[in-house]
Amino acid sequence: MIRVSKPWELSENQCTPEKLYLDRRQIIGSLGLSCGLVASGAIAKPPAPDLPLVAKTSKWSISDPATPEKLATSYNNFYEFGTDKSDPAKYAHALITRPWAITVEGEADKTGTFSVDDLIRPDELEERIYRLRCVEAWSMVIPWIGVPLRKILARFEPNSKARYVQFETRFEPEQMRGTRWPVLDWPYVEGLRMDEAMHDLTLMAVGMYGRHLPNQNGAPLRLIVPWKYGFKSIKSIVKIRFTANEPTNSWKKSAPREYGFYSNVNPKVDHPRWSQATERVIGGGSFSSLFNRRDTEMFNGYGEAVAQMYAGMNLKKNF
Amino acid sequence: MANIKPLLKPLVFIAMLTPLLWLFWQWGLLFMGKTGALGANPIEASNRFLGDSALKLLLLTLMITPIRDITRWPAITRLRRMVGLFAFFYASVHLVSYFGMDLLFSIPALLKDIAKRTYITLGMTAFLLLIPLALTSTNAMIRRMGPKKWAQLHKLIYAIAFLAVLHYFFMTRGNQPGPWLHLGVLLILLGWRIAKWLPARRLLSMDTGPKMGK
Ligand code: HEM
Repeated sequence: MIRVSKPWELSENQCTPEKLYLDRRQIIGSLGLSCGLVASGAIAKPPAPDLPLVAKTSKWSISDPATPEKLATSYNNFYEFGTDKSDPAKYAHALITRPWAITVEGEADKTGTFSVDDLIRPDELEERIYRLRCVEAWSMVIPWIGVPLRKILARFEPNSKARYVQFETRFEPEQMRGTRWPVLDWPYVEGLRMDEAMHDLTLMAVGMYGRHLPNQNGAPLRLIVPWKYGFKSIKSIVKIRFTANEPTNSWKKSAPREYGFYSNVNPKVDHPRWSQATERVIGGGSFSSLFNRRDTEMFNGYGEAVAQMYAGMNLKKNF
Repeated sequence: MANIKPLLKPLVFIAMLTPLLWLFWQWGLLFMGKTGALGANPIEASNRFLGDSALKLLLLTLMITPIRDITRWPAITRLRRMVGLFAFFYASVHLVSYFGMDLLFSIPALLKDIAKRTYITLGMTAFLLLIPLALTSTNAMIRRMGPKKWAQLHKLIYAIAFLAVLHYFFMTRGNQPGPWLHLGVLLILLGWRIAKWLPARRLLSMDTGPKMGK
């Protein structure tokens, strides 16, 4: 496959989102609509998904060709918008992502409620090209843009009792039509052990393919934990809770025989519904690639970086 | 009305074939390098589409009698065999699509799946039970078996429909609305028959009641 220029690779002279925001306000001002209400209304609007994001490159990026953006934004498991893979792209536009507050609770000194725009500092943005391995035995390669989660969590100053951190997705039946049926015990929750959360690979993503996240991919901010099955990478986060005990996670609650807390990608531990030995590669390009499967790697290929966190643990038992 | 009758069967035949023709068309698009309605994972989408079609046709088969009762249009029962055979046909293509495109025709992989994955065990059982029904869906077989025995065998369709819905329940993750919806329709269709059967039985027992008292 020939790699032509990637749409998310931006040249130096492109604007930062802040500058565009300012421009927009200036335009509004110059039109003579400069009353405060209009201006603040403009700021509270979600950033248009096609606004370019500027991010540093990262040593963690893999060199596999990225999945076509169209496929990564139209084939989604985001049950809050429906259980069909095509539902999120159809219905997630109803989610209002600005203003967006994140509540921080539990075992930390600096708890409270924060705006997403205060938590994400543009100068900390990195692009990370990661493989995303779904528990349904398919995978994509996605160029995410985000901030290492450890940098964000550190600002809340978790105390010595904080051994785990739990995340919660927005639950808003008005805007998230899938939550009107109890597919899962809403709101969706996920959790990580503190060392997993503080690992440099763990990303709080706000963008993909050089732009802000589309709603169906978890706008305005979502987790990316590349060595775990995709469902750990919780979307549209509104709550972060530091806990002393292992928190629950939605899929484990729904089917404890099938889903555990750790959910590390592991080709040797089969899920009752799917063999995890291989994975279908989405969007290979050619017709024959539709049938392509690759061998699933231990920890989704990130073993060198993360395996030591699980030294001595029985990974069959702690699946 | 009179001259639509000879057209009814061919029309229904074409209607039942349309989903498969659509699927072939989508694969044609994919072959020409275009992403069609099957999306990012056409193999999964095809398997699901075929399974959905098979289940819907199974329920449609069970719907013929209530439709006849409601519309008082007995001619419609002449379509039942065709719809039932199409349900079997779609279930077969569903199985072949899974076996071929997912398991790449590996028999050991299929046997392993049947033994290991509950939803496959259920689906396979439903499929195997459909085979004798399909094989006996000819006039000659009805004559050979006698209508009573034939009707008894074909009561299996209720068990098959339940197995298929159960297969759907076990296949989906979480508590999804789809299986419940199909279970609801199946229960209504069964309820219709029970509602018809109960008063008939009561009448029968009233007839025999006094005799038994003697
Ligand atoms: C009477 C026979 C059968 C019926 C009516 C039936 C029906 C269905 C239905 C309704 C679905 C769910 C589709 C969806 O989620 O939209 C499904 C999925 C599935 N069925 Fe069947 N099925 C039958 C037999 C079988 C057999 C024999 C097999 C394989 C040996 C099989 C394998 C599957 C698989 C693998 C899926 C899930 C596909 C996926 O995960 O994407 N089914 N089936």
